[in-house]
Amino acid sequence: MTRAVPFPGDPPITPELVRDHNLTDQEYGLIEALLGRAPTFAELGVFSALWSEHCSYKHSRPILQTFPTAGPQVVQGPGENAGVLRLPDGWAVAFKIESHNHPSAVEPYQGAATGVGGILRDVFTMGARPVALLNSLRFGPLEDARNRYLLAGVVRGVGDYGNCVGVPTLGGEVDFGRSYSGNPLVNAMCVGLLREADLITAAAHGVGNVLVVVGSSTGRDGIHGASFASEELTHASERRRPQVQVGDPFTEKLLLEASLELIASGHIVAIQDMGAAGLTSSSAEMAAKGGVGVEIDLSRVPTREPGMTPYEILLSESQERMLVVAKADRVADVQAIAAKWELTAKPIGRVTDDGMYRATWKEQVVVEIPGRRLIDDCPVYHLEAREDPAVAELRRGTPHPASRIPHPADVLLTLLDHPAIASKRWVYEQYDSTVQASTVIAPGGDAGVIRVREAEFGLAVTTDGNSRYVALDPYEGGKAAVVEAARNVACTGGRPLGITDCLNFGSPERPSVLYQFREACRGIADACRVLETPVTGGNVSFYNESPSGAVDPTPVIGMVGLLARADRAVPSHARSPGDVVFVLGETQAELGGSVLWEALHGFVGGVPPRVDLAAERRLVDFLVAGAERALFRSAHDCSQGGLGVALAEVAMSGPYDDTGFGLDVDLTTYGLRLAALELLFSESHGRAVVTCQPARAAAVVALAQELGVLAHRAGTVGERGGALRLRLRDARVEHPVDRLREVYFSGLARRMGD
Amino acid sequence: MKRVAVIVFPGSNCDGDALAAAREAGSDAYYVWHRETDLQQADCVILPGGFSYGDYLRSGAIARFSPVMAAVAAHARAGGPVLGICNGLQILCEAGLLPGGLMRNARLRFLSRPAWVRVETTDTPFTCLYQQGDVLEIPIAHGDGRYVADERTAAELEASGRVVWRYVRDNPNGSMHDIAGVCSTGRNVVGIMPHPERRNAAVLGGQDGARVFHAMEARHATQHAVDVRAVGDRHLRV
Repeated sequence: MTRAVPFPGDPPITPELVRDHNLTDQEYGLIEALLGRAPTFAELGVFSALWSEHCSYKHSRPILQTFPTAGPQVVQGPGENAGVLRLPDGWAVAFKIESHNHPSAVEPYQGAATGVGGILRDVFTMGARPVALLNSLRFGPLEDARNRYLLAGVVRGVGDYGNCVGVPTLGGEVDFGRSYSGNPLVNAMCVGLLREADLITAAAHGVGNVLVVVGSSTGRDGIHGASFASEELTHASERRRPQVQVGDPFTEKLLLEASLELIASGHIVAIQDMGAAGLTSSSAEMAAKGGVGVEIDLSRVPTREPGMTPYEILLSESQERMLVVAKADRVADVQAIAAKWELTAKPIGRVTDDGMYRATWKEQVVVEIPGRRLIDDCPVYHLEAREDPAVAELRRGTPHPASRIPHPADVLLTLLDHPAIASKRWVYEQYDSTVQASTVIAPGGDAGVIRVREAEFGLAVTTDGNSRYVALDPYEGGKAAVVEAARNVACTGGRPLGITDCLNFGSPERPSVLYQFREACRGIADACRVLETPVTGGNVSFYNESPSGAVDPTPVIGMVGLLARADRAVPSHARSPGDVVFVLGETQAELGGSVLWEALHGFVGGVPPRVDLAAERRLVDFLVAGAERALFRSAHDCSQGGLGVALAEVAMSGPYDDTGFGLDVDLTTYGLRLAALELLFSESHGRAVVTCQPARAAAVVALAQELGVLAHRAGTVGERGGALRLRLRDARVEHPVDRLREVYFSGLARRMGD
Repeated sequence: MKRVAVIVFPGSNCDGDALAAAREAGSDAYYVWHRETDLQQADCVILPGGFSYGDYLRSGAIARFSPVMAAVAAHARAGGPVLGICNGLQILCEAGLLPGGLMRNARLRFLSRPAWVRVETTDTPFTCLYQQGDVLEIPIAHGDGRYVADERTAAELEASGRVVWRYVRDNPNGSMHDIAGVCSTGRNVVGIMPHPERRNAAVLGGQDGARVFHAMEARHATQHAVDVRAVGDRHLRV
């Protein structure tokens, strides 16, 4: 039996109090058995945080364990602050994606900003300098003013934080759907560079070493954020606003520089962000990873206000704080480095050899829990998974036939204006995309690409996911998210290296949600095996539910790819008149889950496109090999809106170009069995559009044959300011490229009131 | 090889980019922390972009009180070349080393995109390698980039040819007279809102900004200004 006594003023432990902490009666029984006594209030808070889904993955762990995580490129797999993959010349890349959905639903600006702050810290605590940010956002329809408010606030929050810290936002995605109205999704990803030899982890070790808290002082903000993230949003969630933390990117920038200097100095043995569940999770996880005990005197933690209790100090999620383990004789050196960056560094505890997770208030013990068991004894649930019969019904459905089949030329304009497809310039213009002076391909392309100043190689980064497919068929949707990310990376010339995933779902306690989760993960795992892109970590966000129901299942894949030469990066747009246009891959009649059906009929249903993983792998190999041989002038993948939208995007050029290029494309001998709307707007996977100089066309064809990719020579690039002309067997589409640009680049801005 | 001091304020985030651009142009560039009072015999000073002190009060408003700014002002008074980029321009305006000030963008949002600027004068230490009328594509990334000055100051800037760069094609932030950069009466203190250091290599899409940095190495770069070396707040003419 361990000893810990209540702190003066602690409330008595009642069944109501236990339930308020999101712990079940059964879990409470485990806690009492583990301690051999009733927990103190502070201990109850510690268990509540560490046994929340957010920290413990208690509902998802058995499924996450099926992910492929190994590979010759893997330096650090799941379980650390971020995954790490090997790059050439002794370099490595650390990257991770994380959700900040619940805070953003009640306070969009700070919720999103602190999401960016947290993911930055996850990366620089690996010893990596952040070099790119990405995000993945979902909102309800923009006709609703509340959703416009959320989008504007989230974008401003993401931008203000990343811009101030000085990390370029290189990409992302924004999509819309009714299910996100009460529960927007805000996922942030960070990518950092380090020398592999400089990698540091969060495992505390060395008995007698000193725990030092660096950065901001601890306030009453964000108490129980991790538990908040592990429950459904209700009308009462507005009252959770005080639990949303407030971000200070200026302090973050100082903390970033100080942390990297501390790591390089050799004065510390471990470092961990104080993120979800604050001091509790950082200290307990550091101890558990290192197999040691820790003892913290909470009275020594710098606080923003007097009178904070041990409970509050343990569970505060005040931002911009780090916990480091300093070598016993180097505390003063650590403090000197922190002082240079105008930060405080206060020793608050030490590493012990008794394996106990212990917190005191001066001499009085307020928390004493066997450290390993605090982490390991968290129950793991194997919940029931069953598909909702309504989804099977939806899959069998088709839209009601329209009274008049619209002309494909009109449909193209409708789709280019659709919020899912229209340019996201209004969003990414608010993110600094060129700071660090390394941006090769800025947002708006297939993937973001950066150079590495001291090396020849470059990195391609993207985030992708399509919840329409996942909602209809989670297995195919899971696969689709991975292969779309891979196509995007490969279009720029990057070889996909590995992924991080952010799995946004409803409550796992509902069998239909757990089914979606299990199947989507199976799809992700299968795709990652074929593409040889191991999962290096990520984040599970359950309980994305509002009174109107669960969000559509939204697994988001963050992928990193390697370009052998950054200066060979391939842009998305046509670049020179007379170039040859190839359509790669096959188009099937696959309109299930398409934007076409949603835009024309308001119908999200049908069988979503199937992913042929072997064909995707061949396409990726082809795109990477072609880029390395400098065969392509441009490459762009087909995704939402299909081939029609992809060809328009190839023609339109970038948002700041005066005009685009004409494109003359003949599809009369391609996709013979298909009607015009199917051929142009079906969202079959495994396709891309590339352009090349006429002299390279033969080499493109030869490479395609060698690698087993169908390459249809479809036409040529026309003059600047020309027209997009598509010839099909049963229709013709022709639009001046300036007209396309006008529609595509104004669609989102108009809805946002610009 | 010129000695180029890149001042680092807490919250500077383009310091590394400016340092690299200066080095790639052949300069002996080094950092000077904002608490220092000695510019270590700098030939030239760069105030880089970023969010000094988080820009919490007003962009550049706190940085101008940093200890290093006395040395920068002394260097400028003695005719030494000073370049402020983005937040650096904001700081120079706040410090009174350049006229005018920078206000919230006209559309009230941060804006990151390419901009096109025309070189209006080659008579500064940082534009001497361009031709007057050259149009450069250089990225902008700022929330407070709208240049304002009172009518008289603006007229004076125009009359004395001290508008160094002007936005063309479009004015992204609502700056008066489309001003993207200005210089001091002595022409040695120069500020620019766009980021030339982000466009100095083919792999970044172009090199339109590179000559701003090469200019520091050019022999005639400091012909307009007396060549000075700052030691503490004293200046030696060399």
